[in-house]
Amino acid sequence: MFDIVGFIPRAVAQSIPLLYGSTGETITEKCGNLNLGIPGVMYVGAISGVIGAFLYERSTETMHAVPAILIPLGACLLGSLLMGLLYCFLTVTLRANQNVTGLALTTFGVGFGNFFGGSLIKLTGSEVPSIALSGTSGFFSKSLPIADKMGWAGTVFFSYGFLAYFAIVVALISSYVLTHTRTGLQLRAVGENPATADAAGINITRYKYVTTCIGCMIAGLGGLFYVMDYASGVWSNDAFGDRGWLAIALVIFTIWRPHISIFASILFGGLYILYLYIPAGMNLSVKELYKMLPYIVTIVVLVISSMRNKRENQPPASLGLNYFREDR
Amino acid sequence: MNKKAKAPLIHITKRKELPWYSAWGIRFVGILLAFVLCAIVTMMLTGLNPIQVYGTMLYGAFGTQRKCWIMGQEVAILLCVALALTPAFRMRFWNLGGEGQILVGGLASAACMILIGDKIPNAALIAIMLVCSVAAGAVWAMIPALCKAKWNTNETLFTLMMNYVGMQLVAYFTIVWEVPKGSGKIGIINQNTSAGWLPQVGPSKYFLNILIVAVLTVAVYIYMNYSKQGYEISVVGESENTARYVGIKVGKVIVRTLIVSGALCGLAGFLLVGGTNHTITTTIANGRGFTAVMVAWLAKFNPIAMIFSSLLLVFFGQGASEISTAFGLNQSFGDILTGIVLFFIIGSEFFITYRMNFRKGE
Repeated sequence: MFDIVGFIPRAVAQSIPLLYGSTGETITEKCGNLNLGIPGVMYVGAISGVIGAFLYERSTETMHAVPAILIPLGACLLGSLLMGLLYCFLTVTLRANQNVTGLALTTFGVGFGNFFGGSLIKLTGSEVPSIALSGTSGFFSKSLPIADKMGWAGTVFFSYGFLAYFAIVVALISSYVLTHTRTGLQLRAVGENPATADAAGINITRYKYVTTCIGCMIAGLGGLFYVMDYASGVWSNDAFGDRGWLAIALVIFTIWRPHISIFASILFGGLYILYLYIPAGMNLSVKELYKMLPYIVTIVVLVISSMRNKRENQPPASLGLNYFREDR
Repeated sequence: MNKKAKAPLIHITKRKELPWYSAWGIRFVGILLAFVLCAIVTMMLTGLNPIQVYGTMLYGAFGTQRKCWIMGQEVAILLCVALALTPAFRMRFWNLGGEGQILVGGLASAACMILIGDKIPNAALIAIMLVCSVAAGAVWAMIPALCKAKWNTNETLFTLMMNYVGMQLVAYFTIVWEVPKGSGKIGIINQNTSAGWLPQVGPSKYFLNILIVAVLTVAVYIYMNYSKQGYEISVVGESENTARYVGIKVGKVIVRTLIVSGALCGLAGFLLVGGTNHTITTTIANGRGFTAVMVAWLAKFNPIAMIFSSLLLVFFGQGASEISTAFGLNQSFGDILTGIVLFFIIGSEFFITYRMNFRKGE
């Protein structure tokens, strides 16, 4: 019997990092920056939070809820912001190739995460065997008290930490800002045709900087959620895996719409762990094929949307191109 | 209130083409600055002084004969992938699927070794492996190319996704063929018979790989600069409309170029499985598909310059690995240093393409 009540919370827990990543990447792409550094940014966000929490847990005997949440959160946002600034400086100010910059950012970010994850204990001279921030994690994954009392509805809807709900809020706000406000309109104009937007008096550089940095900070939160909530505060190298790329896939899958991403990310999260639920008998190998599903589905969506060639479903027209005012 | 409109402090204009020596001078300064910053970062983490830092790194890269050969082998494979991506990049087709194309190429080789390993003579087996790997890589790159040619599907994202499909395919076959059952890995294939292993030529088992890639470098250089197809690629890359106007079939060029690109990635997979590792894992490509993008771009898609850019990146990888081993730090240290070097080189391109004009005094 397929355990749907058990399946949904696990799928949702998988989906939240993807949702953060894809929301951040969607708004970044809407301003015309194809930030392939998102996987790296998510690692940096995660490890920055871990470093913050690690230092706080070491410095104090009794942990209080407010600093225990705010310190990792602040560290995570700061780390991802710096990555965003670096990306913007290289691509917007110095007009470097976005693909190359993004890949370099991913190399750096994943290396940064794994390096400090693996060396933090040695560098700080601590005497603990591994990074296990169960105290901090306890605050992050605290669910609403009503979750236990409501049976299956409590498990399905209320059993998550606050960052999970925040992800949905962020996605809804992003979606609203993109489609219903003047800022969103101008932002999309920058992504579609920067020369026209520039002529209309929109400050391209500022829009690109602000959007990309906010996008990176949102994506970084995905990394933080993964470590603090999903992984119960235990850092292990490369555990975050390819979720960053999956988040980029999700952007295409949702055809650049953050509010669709809420459901799509749960679908992806489900596909990601579906192999655990497949009664494949003893044949473990088939499970590996199931892990392909999210990517195949994304490819199919990408191809179909390009075949149908509907204007509202296309990538932003200047995606991946840098803007230089004096170009022809 | 200052109503007078001011000229901006810095006015950026595009340069005319720089002479090659100034362009390389600027890149050299960028690399130098990166070296300085890398030394500072390493000093802060390990307490070595800068001379010791680079001493250790040089030892890690070239310290013993064995290390030199490993270095040569690493450079060769990375260079092979970068060469593979070059035709596609010249066409402004962002083939980020190198990783997947290497993997399926390697998988095809491994499949031949496992399935028909002991049944046919070694020479025939190696020939079949080569053909299968090249074909597998070509097919993997051809799928996005066909969609790009027919429906203008975004190739950056498509090739990126194909990486993970390839990776899971390898993961699947790893479990199908795992030895021993339940270990989750294949282990060295044909350990006893060495069937399908590339023969040792010259002084080291890595020498053949290096030789093949050296020949390939020259071949790609000639293909890109002196052949009709190479010329067509450049025209399509510069302007698709111009290409159409002069009667080049753009779709055909895209598909043909990507077949070449994928085939060479498949060849890299063949060299990795047949020549170096004699096994297949999901991490056998080790991010080379992505690193090669940067190698090719740093060299401005010039095959000869790629020798140096891949040497630079591999040097940082191997050198940092030596430092992290010596100090008990994590192996990912190399990625951080590589990242720093890349950022500086990427940044230095700006000063080659653009000129900054500062506002004159009042």
